[in-house]
Parts: sequence; structure tokens; C-alpha cells
Amino acid sequence: MAKKPGDDTQRIDQPTGTAFVGHEWDGIEELNTPLPRWWLWTFYLTIIWALAYVIMYPAWPLVDSATKGMLGWTSRGQLAAEMQAADVKRAPLVNALAAIPVEQLVADQKLYQGAVAGGAAAFKVHCVQCHGSGAIGSKGYPNLNDDDWLWGGDIAAIHYTLTHGIRNPDHPETRVSAMPAFDGVLTPSEIASVVGHVQSLSGKAKPNAKGAELFATNCASCHGADGKGLREFGAPNLADGIWLYGGDKATLTETVKYSRQGVMPRWNDKLDAATIKMLAAYVYSLGGGEATPAAAAPAAAPATMEAKAANGQP
Amino acid sequence: MANLDDLIGADNPLYEKRKGVYPKSVDGFFRRFKWAIMAVTLAIYYVTPWIRWDRGPHAPDQAVLVDLANRRFYMFNIEIWPHEFYYVAGLLVMAGIGLFLVTSAVGRAWCGYACPQTVWTDLFQHVDRFVDGDRNAQIRLEKAPWGPEKIFKRLAKWSIYLFIAFWTGGAWIMYFADAPTLTVDFWTGQAAPVAYATVGVLTATTFIFGGFMREQVCVYMCPWPRIQTAMMDEKSLIVTYREWRGEPRGSVKKAETQPGAFGDCIDCNQCVAVCPTGIDIREGPQIGCITCALCIDACDSVMEQIGRPRGLIDYLTLDDVATEKAGGTAHPTLKTLFRPRTLVYFGIWCLIGLAMLFTLGQRTRLDLTVQHDRNPLYVQLSDGSIRNNYTVKVRNMETRQREVELVVKGLPGAVAWTSTGTRETATDRVKVSVAPDTVQKVRLFVVAPTEGSARTDFEIQAVALTGNERGDSDSVRFERPETGQ
Repeated sequence: MAKKPGDDTQRIDQPTGTAFVGHEWDGIEELNTPLPRWWLWTFYLTIIWALAYVIMYPAWPLVDSATKGMLGWTSRGQLAAEMQAADVKRAPLVNALAAIPVEQLVADQKLYQGAVAGGAAAFKVHCVQCHGSGAIGSKGYPNLNDDDWLWGGDIAAIHYTLTHGIRNPDHPETRVSAMPAFDGVLTPSEIASVVGHVQSLSGKAKPNAKGAELFATNCASCHGADGKGLREFGAPNLADGIWLYGGDKATLTETVKYSRQGVMPRWNDKLDAATIKMLAAYVYSLGGGEATPAAAAPAAAPATMEAKAANGQP
Repeated sequence: MANLDDLIGADNPLYEKRKGVYPKSVDGFFRRFKWAIMAVTLAIYYVTPWIRWDRGPHAPDQAVLVDLANRRFYMFNIEIWPHEFYYVAGLLVMAGIGLFLVTSAVGRAWCGYACPQTVWTDLFQHVDRFVDGDRNAQIRLEKAPWGPEKIFKRLAKWSIYLFIAFWTGGAWIMYFADAPTLTVDFWTGQAAPVAYATVGVLTATTFIFGGFMREQVCVYMCPWPRIQTAMMDEKSLIVTYREWRGEPRGSVKKAETQPGAFGDCIDCNQCVAVCPTGIDIREGPQIGCITCALCIDACDSVMEQIGRPRGLIDYLTLDDVATEKAGGTAHPTLKTLFRPRTLVYFGIWCLIGLAMLFTLGQRTRLDLTVQHDRNPLYVQLSDGSIRNNYTVKVRNMETRQREVELVVKGLPGAVAWTSTGTRETATDRVKVSVAPDTVQKVRLFVVAPTEGSARTDFEIQAVALTGNERGDSDSVRFERPETGQ
């Protein structure tokens, strides 16, 4: 049982010469070994510091706000200041990006690397929702890592797509094309033949004479006689190993029957020009980017495709 | 301060007022040893940053430099990169084991001689003696009321404290930047804010800890005395009072009148007077004792004066204390140093040191690490082949530009290119130019045919094209889809 304090504070512990404080638990008694004085002062100083802190900074919660504090500091204000500082730090990069035509960006390696880093960050905010965090896409959303481009894969073409988007109804410069829906135009058996022919283009089915004939009349104007696509219309290469929506019979039948009309927003009304250039640089850097052609992007598309054909299909 | 005492209450049991310590000057073997250690440690501290070391145009000319901005650590002809931080870890482990070794052999020798707190406290106590005079004069001045003399002496003393403290803080920052340049920048107001802040903080702590808190730091703030207690055993040498020889205490006169009734201690209190932490060693081993052995010097000189044998206070192990009490003779000091425990510590210490020297001699100055991009794991290309992406870091740790070839080995049909090339020009080797003393980050695209197992381990080698020194290689994995399309 604890003794009442104050009982025997005058009693001295002989071996140490220290007074007891009068507390005892199971025969163990507490000696009075006080803190050094500076320690106590330090303790008082922390109290003063705390009081000053409460006065200087927001501290006490009120009904719908908190005390303001004398310094006027807020976490929002600090964030705004830090964002502003970050903008100032970024300004040289942004200005340099604004000044350079996007075709010349890759040649300026230092600026390009900066743009790629900035683009990677912007991509995480604006693009991952559809294209995935690794830009690998999913059904209907293109994989940006590969070398298959519907509208062109040089940095200028990527930049154009980013700026104006794809199939934005209210935007005249957007990339637009419309594949007809063949449901009703072709009979189901004709559609099956076309699908068979399309699959044969990449070696997944036997050649199909009826399908080839139907393809030549209905599809070749956009996809080319050999099915290797045409970039002016964003018409996909049907003879390669990459399928945006899938290359199996059921998916292809659906595509031919009802067509596909994928939409990408235009970013020139949401992002500043420098950020769009950064995004173009980042997408270009993913490994599938094509060399910038000397002339305008669309004219060069067939040449690139020839180069692709020269690589050989599986 | 007296007012504050009244406010809280001078006899308030909440705190203990610091008892003034006014160590008397003393001369003797240990005092001279302490002087020597102090001179050497302070010289190392102040002079080291000013030693120049020519490393060529691409590296700083300072022999010992912690270059935080560029993340390099220079120590004479050794240059440590961040990924080689294990050398620093090794040094820290050696320092730790060194402390075990020293403590198990000679007790708290670190505390007594080499600890910065001890060195600077000692320095400041000399300042006290220089300004105020020796022990008695110091006590007299402390008790004297404030007057012109006391004010002058206090101001003089504190100014010297502040001067030393400032130089201490100033020397510290010299390790982190080119010393001559930093000195000029510092005085022209162009040094980094962190330099001024560091000097400010170190000046303040040196001034307060060395000038005023002194033994309070050792007793209340420092964890070492508590840890060192656990490192010592009954065979460690510690400063001990031979109480069976000294007790009961009696003056020389009393001993003459009553031979045999008194021990050798004449209670002259010299051991207490010279102690820098103000303890009485005759009360036995205690936390305040830093084993600086100044009490041994003081006692020995008194014993000599009165014609009694030296060593009433002595470096002695607790084992020997028991032996001597029982009438035996203590082991020779040297013999107490060599025992299994100290030898094991010394062996481990040497092993780590040798291992570090060995790896230091073996390390390559061209280093490569390859990381496989995880997202995406692989990319299928339109011709059906599979591409994997890798982030390659080539470290050129020499102070010259080097041409390096990255070679893909063990992956049939694979070609590679970097972000500066294209697939059309890809081969199984890619040239990279790496600037002096830098890490070059390269994104490597490797394409291989679809056919092949889902996972293939292969190697990427860095071959230096200039010179014939060793390169480096890293083993990575090539991923393919589980089933070919």
C-alpha cells in the first residue's frame, strides 16, 4: 500500500544520502532525485513555445473554422506559394517548349528529356483513365507503346492527335473518319466471309475468295487492297498482329456489323501548349515512335508503311 | 538568476541546481597524454579540410570532401558514390566495434580523452583558468558580487568561448564545400543559407555545451555512459581508488602520532579538486566518471610529496581490486589488454577493415545496373515480335569521357536500340557516350522474336571501348506472352 506523501520526506536514505519522497510500493521506496535545473527550464520554455505557437498559428477549432493565428499562415496559402514556386522553376522549360516546333523537339536532347519527364507526370493525371498507367491501353483504347499507329506515330502526328483529339463533334480540326456499319448492307453470311478474309490477312484463317471479293468492293477504299490500312482515314492495318478491339471472329463480326467510332478528347481546351508538347514527347518516347518525316505527316504515312511491310509480317 | 530561484523556490525539490565545478590544474602523465590527444584531434578537425588533392579537372581538389550536392564523398584517392555507401556503413561498423574494443580494454577511454564534448570542455576549462585563474580564484570570483572586474572577466571569458565556438562551427562546414572558396563566400555573404545556419547552430551548441553545461551533457544527455557500462566487464581497466589501502583516512600528522591506525589517503581532496566532472572517485565507480585519470595525476603527486607509494588511485580492473584486497598482486597492465574478448573484437575489426580494403581494390569504375520496366512487362509489335524495355544506368566513375558499348548476350535474335536510335538501325550492341563522373540513364528497347520461352534470362554487358579496364554486366529477364498469338 502506498504511504501518504509527506509522511517522511525528512527521512534520509543512508547509502545515497538522498531524501525519500514518501512513496512505497511492495517495499520499493522512491528517492528524491530531482531533474537538473536547466532541464526544468527547458520544460518551461517548451510551454512558452507552445503558447506562442497557439497565438501565431491557427490552433483552436471553432464551430465552422479555426482561430486564424497572428501570422496569417494557412496550409492552403503555403500550397499556393509552393505551386507558384514550382511554376517559376518550371518556367524556363515551359518557355523553351513554347518556342520550339514540335518536330525539332527530339533533336534537342536536353529539352526533350525534360519534356518526357513532364509528360510522364501529365500522362498520369490526364491519360491513364483510358490508356492505363503504363500507356498499354485496353480494348478500344490503343496501346501507345507499340509501333502500330492509326493516325501516324511521328511526334508531329502524335502532337496533332493530342491537340485536336479524335472524332470531336464540335471541333473542325479534329481527326475524323467513319467506318460504315455493314449490318443490313451485307447479309450475315457475307459479313462472315469478309471476317474470314480479314482474318486470313494476318494468317489466322484460310484465304476466302468470296470474302476477298467483298473486301475489294466494300473495304479496300479505306483499308487498302492488301488490308494494310490508310492513315489519312485512321484506317487500321488489318494485316498485322495488333487489334484494337480484338481479332477473333465474334469481335470482328461486331466491328463489321456496327462499325467502331472511338473518341479521344481534344486537349487544347484543357491543357496549355507546353503540356501538350510534353505529352507528345512522352508518348513518342515510349518506344513505338516513328522518325519525323521531312514533309507533312500524312504524305509520309505510306512510306512508313512500306518500311513496316519490309520488316516482314509473321 | 537569483530572482528566478526565489520565484520557483531555491529549495524546491522539483529540480537540482547545478553544483559548480572548478577543476584545478594538474600536471602528470595522464594530463600530458590528454594534452597530446587534444592537440591531435583538434588539429585533425581544423586542418583536414584544407589539405589539397589533385584529381584532375572534373573533380574537386579537396582531400576530404562530403559533396552532398553532387552526392560524392572524397577521401584522398578514394571516391565514394552513393551506391557504394556500404563503405561508410563499414566504417561506422568499424567505429562501433572499435568502441567495443577500446571500452572492454580500457573502459571509458573515449569519454576521457577523445569525445568532442570532453575535448571542448577541457579547452573551455583552460580558458577559465586563463581568464579567471585557477580553482580558488574561480570560486572566489563566482561568489564575488558583480563589479567592474567580474563583469570584465566574464565578458572576456564568454567572448573567448564564443570565438572558439564560432571557429568550431566554421570548421565543420569546410568539409562540405571547397574550403578556400567557402571561406571567401562566407565572409562576402554569398555562401548557401544552410552554411550560415550550420555555423549558427554549431556555434550555439558549442558555446552552451562546452561553456556552460559541460559535465551535465555527460551525465544527463549522453547515452554513451549507459551503453558503455554494458560493454565493460570485471577485466576492463577503469580508474579505481584502492580503498583498502587508503581507508580510514587521516592526515599526515595523525598518522605519525598513531602509526597503523590510518590508511594512505590523507583526505587532501586533490582528486576531487582536479576532476572535470566534479565527482569523488573514492566513492567508487560512478556514471560521472569519464576515466580521464586526472585524479591519478593529482593523487600520485601528493603521494610523492608525502613519501608514500604512488597508485592510491590507479587504472585497475575490478578483478584485480578483488585480488589485491585478498592480498594478491594485480596483473600487469599489458596483460589485462590481451584477453579473448579484446582479441575477438580486434579480430572482427581487422576482418571488416581488410574486407573493405579488398573490395576497394577490386571495385570497377564502370558500373551497370539494368531495371526491367514493369509497366508494361512486354509490348507486342505489329510484326508479331516482342519488345521489352529496360532502364539502364551506366556509371562512369572516372574523370574522363568514356565510350561504352551495351551488349545483349544470351537472347537469340535480339536487337536493341536506345531513345537516340531507331529500330531500323538496331543491332545486338549499342554505343553510349558517358560524361566524366556521371551516371548516364539510358532507355534500352530490346526486340526479340515471338518464339521462345515465356521468360528468358539474359545479360546486358557494359564494355568500355576506351582503355582495356573491366566493364560490368547485369543479368535481366526477357518476358513474352504466355502463349504466342
